[in-house]
Amino acid sequence: MSQIDPLNRPVPSQDEDGPPDNTLNQVAELEGTHIIEVSADTNGRAAVNTPISLAGNSATPISGTGTPVTTMIAGRLSGFWQAATRNRKVAFGLSVIAFFMLVAIFGPMFVHTDPNAFSQDLLSPPSASHWLGTTQTGQDVFAQVIYGARTSIFWGFLTGILVTIISIVIGLCAGYFGGIIDDILSLFINVFLVLPALPLAIVLAAYFPFKGPLTVAIVITMTSWAYGSRVLRAQTMSMRRRDFVDAARASGERTLRIIFFEILPNEISVVAAGFVGTVLYVIIFEASLEFIGLGSPTVVSWGSMFYWAQNNDALLLGAWWWFVPPGLCIAVLGAALAFINFGIDEMANPRLRTERRPKVKAPSTRKALTTKEAVA
Amino acid sequence: MRHLLRRIGFYLVAVWASITLNFLIPRLAPGNPAEALIARFQGRIRPEALHSLEIEFGITNQNLWVQYVQYLNNLAHGNLGLSITYFPTPVTTVILQDIPWTLALIGLATIISFVLGTLLGIFLAWRRGTTLDSAIPPILTFLSAIPYFWLALISLYVLAYTLNLFPLNGGYDISVTPGLNINFIISAVQHGLLPALTIVVSSIAGWLLGMRNTMITTLSEDYVLMAEAKGLAERRVMFNYAARNAILPNITGFAINLGFVVGGSLLVEIVFSYPGVGFALLQAVQNSDYALMQGLFLFIALAVLAANFLADIVNAALDPRIRQERG
Repeated sequence: MSQIDPLNRPVPSQDEDGPPDNTLNQVAELEGTHIIEVSADTNGRAAVNTPISLAGNSATPISGTGTPVTTMIAGRLSGFWQAATRNRKVAFGLSVIAFFMLVAIFGPMFVHTDPNAFSQDLLSPPSASHWLGTTQTGQDVFAQVIYGARTSIFWGFLTGILVTIISIVIGLCAGYFGGIIDDILSLFINVFLVLPALPLAIVLAAYFPFKGPLTVAIVITMTSWAYGSRVLRAQTMSMRRRDFVDAARASGERTLRIIFFEILPNEISVVAAGFVGTVLYVIIFEASLEFIGLGSPTVVSWGSMFYWAQNNDALLLGAWWWFVPPGLCIAVLGAALAFINFGIDEMANPRLRTERRPKVKAPSTRKALTTKEAVA
Repeated sequence: MRHLLRRIGFYLVAVWASITLNFLIPRLAPGNPAEALIARFQGRIRPEALHSLEIEFGITNQNLWVQYVQYLNNLAHGNLGLSITYFPTPVTTVILQDIPWTLALIGLATIISFVLGTLLGIFLAWRRGTTLDSAIPPILTFLSAIPYFWLALISLYVLAYTLNLFPLNGGYDISVTPGLNINFIISAVQHGLLPALTIVVSSIAGWLLGMRNTMITTLSEDYVLMAEAKGLAERRVMFNYAARNAILPNITGFAINLGFVVGGSLLVEIVFSYPGVGFALLQAVQNSDYALMQGLFLFIALAVLAANFLADIVNAALDPRIRQERG
């Protein structure tokens, strides 16, 4: 293959088993492979501390036979964790999320104001008695933000888990079985991938017999699983012909066991990375649906705060303290999650890391390198 | 050619799926829009009206298949039912009124954001490691995590409410008459500028970061090194060698991101009370106007599918491997 030809596009070749429908596959595979590289890299280093010896070789996936699956996953995750905390972006993101988690869990214990209670101070700006001011009915915005954190974060993560589970089941089945099952599931995945999620979710939520965070969670799950499935399907396809899967099959293990106890643990890093992106997406999605008024108006959450602020013309009344704090919370939490994803990308694909170069003009450094390498 | 046919086949299935979902969702849900309407107008509609309302909504106790055929027949004749919000205007009329606004706003904003983001991504990747490159991605990461509608609220508050630089809401000034006259066009542009800016700012991060990352990967390919070693002009290496290849995954990413961008943009319309599809969607939700809601979903889904199909064609035109199905 001549590398000089500029038409020789450097996109990785598709899996032979995959239907060559679209380059989406390639993107998904790209991501998949990179993340697997991390886990391998991580395992190499983690092997020192973890009880199971993970030879540190990306080509040898761990076989579940004889090894307790939980320990294996724990080992993978702890390695992942170590590499994660070493990356500055990931460490930053994780600490911000830890902070929000603490606020969500313990915050309401310290805030004794009922977030729904009306008071005499209508629409007052931030002051000593109301740190973030009050709403048009005199509700304390600070209390609402703290209680809202609990709802939004809890349901955000729960929905993220639901979405991830569905995408695992569909993605792994499509990737493992291949053939007609894969054709049907892939079609299903691709259709849901191109259908716009928000309008579909709105229609679904509007027809739901009851309103509330659960409805929002179900609707988001139904509309948002496809992307993860696509990535995991590609990953599974590259894994189903590996020796350890053949070995498991030969030893007579049941198919479902092979899929979820042999293959899945080897993809846990892809799942974990996908989960981070999913939670970010879900939290924004959730707030959007609640903003339109599809949540429960009585449950305090960041999204419902927007709904009430918008419906009471907070903007035209100049009550910025009503809608700025919940949005800022979502933005900071979201940025933390995005940073984690960004950091994972960097760990997975070393080319994306920004090294500080010595103070020479960037292009000339590259030129110098080029000539040296060209000579070599 | 075979590739194109396959893609057309796929999109036909996707269109069928969205039409069928639109048919099934109301029929699988407990209760029906007619009952909801009566519950909504407590006492103001006599219960005897239920039957006629049900007929109006196309709810019959007939076999699901018969209903499906009727539904498809109605659809083929452009009959999506009557809107409750704008009773008794047909849904199709309402949607047709909103389309130009949304198409102009979201369409233009998305194209601007995609082109600008891709170009900036190319430049950032080319200058990677510089202060600019290390400063912009974190800022954009932060921007991309902000919900669209919140950014819209903030920009509306700061730029329109406090600084009075832009009009507060609507698509044009009430004093001008819509039509092809200069006053109307100026007013429409003034009103569209801030929403468009919001959409561009919120969505640019995705295109930019995606392009930067694939571009960086491409830059380390041997043929780029070779092109540089040959002493080709910097611009030529950057665009004709590296960017040309790196843009393919970004166009593919267009498909995945478009639904998300359109969803976010609809919310921006809501914040700005912009007379487009998004605002109509809000009206539909608030008034339990199921016919309008479904009509809007169908329209948005078809529009997104059409845009994806275009992206597919562009991708096939740019990438010979896709055309020849070598995969």
